[in-house]
Amino acid sequence: MATASVTPTSAIRLVGSLRLPSTILIFLGLAFAVLGIDQFVNALTLGAIYALVALGYTMVYGIIELINFAHGDVFMAGSFVAMFISKTLLGSTGGITDLPLLMVSVVVVLLLTIGFMAIVGAVIERLAYRPLRRAPKLAPLITAIGVSFILQNIIQFVFGPTIMTVPQLVPVEWAIQVSGARVPLLNLFVIATSIVLMIALQLFISRTRTGRAMRTTSMDRDASSLMGVDINRTIMITFLIGSGLAGAAGTVHGLYYGNTSFSLGFESGLKAFTAAVLGGIGNTVGAALGGFLIAFVEVGASAFGYGRWGGAIVFSLLVIFLVFRPTGLLGSHTGDRA
Amino acid sequence: MSGLRAALRDRFAPVRAYFRLHRSLGIVVGVLLISIALPLITRVPPFDGIQSTNAWANAFTNAAIYATLAMGLNVVIGFAGLLDLGYAAFFALGGYAYAFVAAPFTGIHLPFWPMLLAGGVVGAIFGILLGAPTLRLRGDYLAIVTLGFGEIVPITLMNSDKFTNGVNGISGIDKPNIPGILQFTLINPWPMYGLVIALFTVIMIMIFRLQDSRLGRTWDAIRDDELAAESSGVNIVISKLQAFAVGASIAGIVGVVNAAKLTIVTPDQFRFSVSISVLAAVVLGGMGNTIGVATGAFIIYLFQSILLKQLNTLVGNFNIPVLSDIDFLQFQYVLYGIVLVLMMLKRPQGIFPAGRRMREFAPLKIGKRGLK
Repeated sequence: MATASVTPTSAIRLVGSLRLPSTILIFLGLAFAVLGIDQFVNALTLGAIYALVALGYTMVYGIIELINFAHGDVFMAGSFVAMFISKTLLGSTGGITDLPLLMVSVVVVLLLTIGFMAIVGAVIERLAYRPLRRAPKLAPLITAIGVSFILQNIIQFVFGPTIMTVPQLVPVEWAIQVSGARVPLLNLFVIATSIVLMIALQLFISRTRTGRAMRTTSMDRDASSLMGVDINRTIMITFLIGSGLAGAAGTVHGLYYGNTSFSLGFESGLKAFTAAVLGGIGNTVGAALGGFLIAFVEVGASAFGYGRWGGAIVFSLLVIFLVFRPTGLLGSHTGDRA
Repeated sequence: MSGLRAALRDRFAPVRAYFRLHRSLGIVVGVLLISIALPLITRVPPFDGIQSTNAWANAFTNAAIYATLAMGLNVVIGFAGLLDLGYAAFFALGGYAYAFVAAPFTGIHLPFWPMLLAGGVVGAIFGILLGAPTLRLRGDYLAIVTLGFGEIVPITLMNSDKFTNGVNGISGIDKPNIPGILQFTLINPWPMYGLVIALFTVIMIMIFRLQDSRLGRTWDAIRDDELAAESSGVNIVISKLQAFAVGASIAGIVGVVNAAKLTIVTPDQFRFSVSISVLAAVVLGGMGNTIGVATGAFIIYLFQSILLKQLNTLVGNFNIPVLSDIDFLQFQYVLYGIVLVLMMLKRPQGIFPAGRRMREFAPLKIGKRGLK
């Protein structure tokens, strides 16, 4: 800030840079104290899934200012694709106790799903959103709602309207003991996968040439185009990455819960979008943190006996944030807003 | 062909000129003719083989309810340019408002007719409550806020067991009656058909008059260029709020009628897909064109509830191996999806574009009725 009256000394700068991490630590500590270790781990796991989905919302919004309504259903479709791949390749097994085999199969299912969903996302962008890039803003949003309904129906048509069982490759009974409490390895696996992917995404966005193109495109599309950025390619890569992450989220969701349903996408999608708004839409770090925050709110609500109100509380948060603080907690990285 | 058309046009020119001057009368006559013609058509083959005339009357009643909703949403989306994705919430609130005061659940039995207006008031109040803080938001944020509201309302209705009987909803809702003259029953669909057609007509006339009023022109100005409208002294927030309130009150009124027709309200009747089905009708018919939107709703309703149902029985009768396992009724949602995507990509102005919108798209073309 040029208007700051005091020149920040290095100490102040250090405190400033520690503000976010320390807030997070204090929040986590409080949540841990209130919820207890079981619920705390549950919330972290759920948050890891929301965070992965929220990243797709926030990246797409950041780059073309579209609320990609179909993203929740890409996540849902991802869980079905993962189920299909794992059933086809491995049969309807339960947990795989052989560690090397387990690692290979989980990685293969994860990568195949990510790849497939990335392509699905890019195809949706190409067919449904690109023709409308210069149209009034509400047109692609309405299209996105249509795509969401179509995706839901394709899945319902192919796999049926019932809740489907997903093979839980990581054995549910594996657990480690933390100070007397039992923490399932499955939860740790979900959290770890999500964090690895998020770090990879951050590195990609901040270190690579394509990542830089994504950042400049979201700042000023026309100027980046003049500087030689291939806008169509950049937007398509954004969709590839966002949908791939949703595919990863779908995979771990299936592994974690052991089931999936065609109607999963709408509510989870809206919750993940809330997470993106909470973190400041367009801001990838914010979206990840928002995902965890939403999960803590939801798990907290059910821990205090308001589980049935979880959705209503989250959506109220969404409304309240959009009305009173549309830039979210961390501030939005997009230019013109609300 | 063109000679015939010209001859017809000349022949009916005085009639058309008369109804152009007296548009409300024209609407009454038009709707009356259509509402008499439709049941008559269903008595001739092949329509009489599909279902009984009473069932057709019931279907047309539902279609008219749906079309009225679409006209209401069109005020918000087509006139004022605000995307409302939680329209079903106002529909729900109207229905529950009536159910609460006219069912064995609470033991109160207020008469139907004043509640019809009260439903509109309830809708308008909630429209203003939701709109007041949110209408300053940009279009896509507003859409998501209304969507959130549209989800919060059914969740709240579902979980407030004490007031709404939870998931089971409120049943045994009173039917309307005119004391001593007419008692509405579940068996005879015709009184309800008449009531809904009357309501449809009144609301259509109101919307047409509203569109030409000062407020209607304000909405046009806002939709075209918000900044220019504001600079010309239009109070944007108030005008948008009025659009929201009008749309919500129409949904409230229709909600009361719908509750009285079905005699039951449950939270599941008002999910997101309902809002989207109404949106699909608006998009299909052409945003901003009241008659087009009503027609769009009619087409979608008949398509999903007659054609898809027929496909089911047809395929079932012929025992076609793979096809007979398919429940075609589940395709109604994909129908909404396809309507939304295709219309936005190929024909964003709708199949019956609003006259004013057409002129906006092609300002240099002089329409048939232009410059006379």
